[in-house]
Amino acid sequence: MITIALNLTIAMVILAALLNVYRLVKGPDEPDRVLAIDTLNINAIALIILLGITLSTRMYLESALLIAVMGFVSTVAMAKYLKRGSVIE
Amino acid sequence: MSTLAEYAISALLLFGGAFTLIGAIGLARLPDFYTRLHGPTKATTVGVGSIMLSSVIYFSAIGEKIGISEILITVFLLMTAPVSANMLAKAAMHIGVQTTKDTKGKPWEQ
Amino acid sequence: MFDRLSFPQPWLSLILFLTWQILSDGLSGGSIALGLFLAWLIPQITHGFWPERPAFVKTWRMPAYILRVLMDIVVASFSVAWLILSPRPPRPAFVCYPLKLEHPLAISILASTISLTPGTVSADVSDDNKTLLIHALDATDDQEVIDAIYNRYEKPLMEMFQ
Repeated sequence: MITIALNLTIAMVILAALLNVYRLVKGPDEPDRVLAIDTLNINAIALIILLGITLSTRMYLESALLIAVMGFVSTVAMAKYLKRGSVIE
Repeated sequence: MSTLAEYAISALLLFGGAFTLIGAIGLARLPDFYTRLHGPTKATTVGVGSIMLSSVIYFSAIGEKIGISEILITVFLLMTAPVSANMLAKAAMHIGVQTTKDTKGKPWEQ
Repeated sequence: MFDRLSFPQPWLSLILFLTWQILSDGLSGGSIALGLFLAWLIPQITHGFWPERPAFVKTWRMPAYILRVLMDIVVASFSVAWLILSPRPPRPAFVCYPLKLEHPLAISILASTISLTPGTVSADVSDDNKTLLIHALDATDDQEVIDAIYNRYEKPLMEMFQ
């Protein structure tokens, strides 16, 4: 039963990622694109966790943590760039 | 693995996947930037949190250590989602992103 | 020289130490030593960014508040999911929320809470820390939004930060 649920969930998260890519391509403004990338990051974390459950290993959790941290920092940096025109003043 | 744990894991997985998808649908179909901000900050965070929780139950059910890293990731996402939403909203107000016509009130000038 | 060897932010140091133990998967001699070192180093480096005023007075009220916010996050995502999936277009609104809290940390906790709970995202704080700009996804009445936030979140926070 877990296998079926796992496959369905992976399909849903991939569909979500595709919708995010649609918003990333379409825009229309820069904040929309940054928001789409941020959501893609969160979806990547979900996919890594699902991969870990599929393979029954907890090895990949560290990379999920790294993506979470880097995703947050890059979103904040891009938001700051959009607002101020530079990241480090 | 007990049947109860299997049911719980499957239900949490499907719940999380559905919410991640709903967040993305919101991002794709809501009319303007400020309304799109609501989907990822709430639905997607809850979706990923629920997938994390199912992972914690799964690994403790097959007899590994209880995963504390998953909880750490969830807490981190819950703490950072509002901050990045706030930063993006400020940036959007600075650029002057258009709102839909039926929005009440105005964003502030930056 | 000796003031360099203290912990200027005891709570921050404690949280950093515990986080390091969690990250390194369990206690060991090395993780405790490195955890203590980081708990000393990071508050020293980030000293300039922290406000001078002491923050918490009633820390024991925090768990109840966090529990309430977690419950509300789940409820919030259901209501947002319903709004996203229903065919009717939402009625978005910008609401100016008059703040009664004064401590900067309290304001940022309130703003984060607002962003995670039903149908609202906090967008900006005015320069004098008196008004919070909130974007509501589906609001018919401004006053309703303001009253709900005040009774549910700001009151408990005001009791915590006196």
